[in-house]
Amino acid sequence: MIETRRKFLKKFISTTVYFSTLTSGVFYSISAKAAWPSAYFRENSYRKTLKELFGDQKLIETSDIQLKLPKIAENGAVVPVIITSKLENTETITILADKNPVPLIAQFNFADTAIAYVSARIKMAETSNVVVIAKAGDNYYFKKRKVKVTIGGCGG
Amino acid sequence: MSSIKIRIKQLKNDITQVRALIAHPMETGYKKDEKGNKIPAHYIQELTVKHNDKVITNSIMGSGISRNPYFAFKFKGGKSGDKITISWVDNLGFTASEKKHIK
Repeated sequence: MIETRRKFLKKFISTTVYFSTLTSGVFYSISAKAAWPSAYFRENSYRKTLKELFGDQKLIETSDIQLKLPKIAENGAVVPVIITSKLENTETITILADKNPVPLIAQFNFADTAIAYVSARIKMAETSNVVVIAKAGDNYYFKKRKVKVTIGGCGG
Repeated sequence: MSSIKIRIKQLKNDITQVRALIAHPMETGYKKDEKGNKIPAHYIQELTVKHNDKVITNSIMGSGISRNPYFAFKFKGGKSGDKITISWVDNLGFTASEKKHIK
């Protein structure tokens, strides 16, 4: 019985050491993994990703989505983006980079008290379009902007 | 020490801005180390921002978000003393959560 306890302790300690090494001193806790739509984040073409996300939904081009992006990104690993949707009842904002191996970057859902605004930093593999899609009411709107990338941010 | 740093700023028109800086590698799984071995994918998949007990925004993401992610959000109705909570879950099942009160 003592042996089992020893073994258990040993195992416990090595696991703890592993995790603290992995996270280099930053404290994390472990929990069960929640449902996350892996199909959306597959390595895929931009067109297939759009289909996966929105089906045959018509996407309407709009100037009511304001995009703040650099024209030229010297480092594709860090491209700052600021998005504001002026569309009424914007429920979600989706960000894609059309030539990334995984085109979908993120999707944000907004509660009624939230402003349809998000600022983030994204990776871009190469010069391509950043496409932002907003769901407002029953409609889907998009705006895109080309960003020239000098050094890609996805590979090694 | 937490992996999440939160900054809160009261703007005009009853709007509160929440900014978060998160320590996370956001590995894509494509990169290789010096020995040529692939570095396994490790990235945040879900992020939630709460105002007191109400979710303001939740999101799903992939490794297309930059290393040590930065986010900013805005919402209405934030009052002094209200609690802001930010939490994330990554692909390996790690989570972190941090809270801060509005000044």
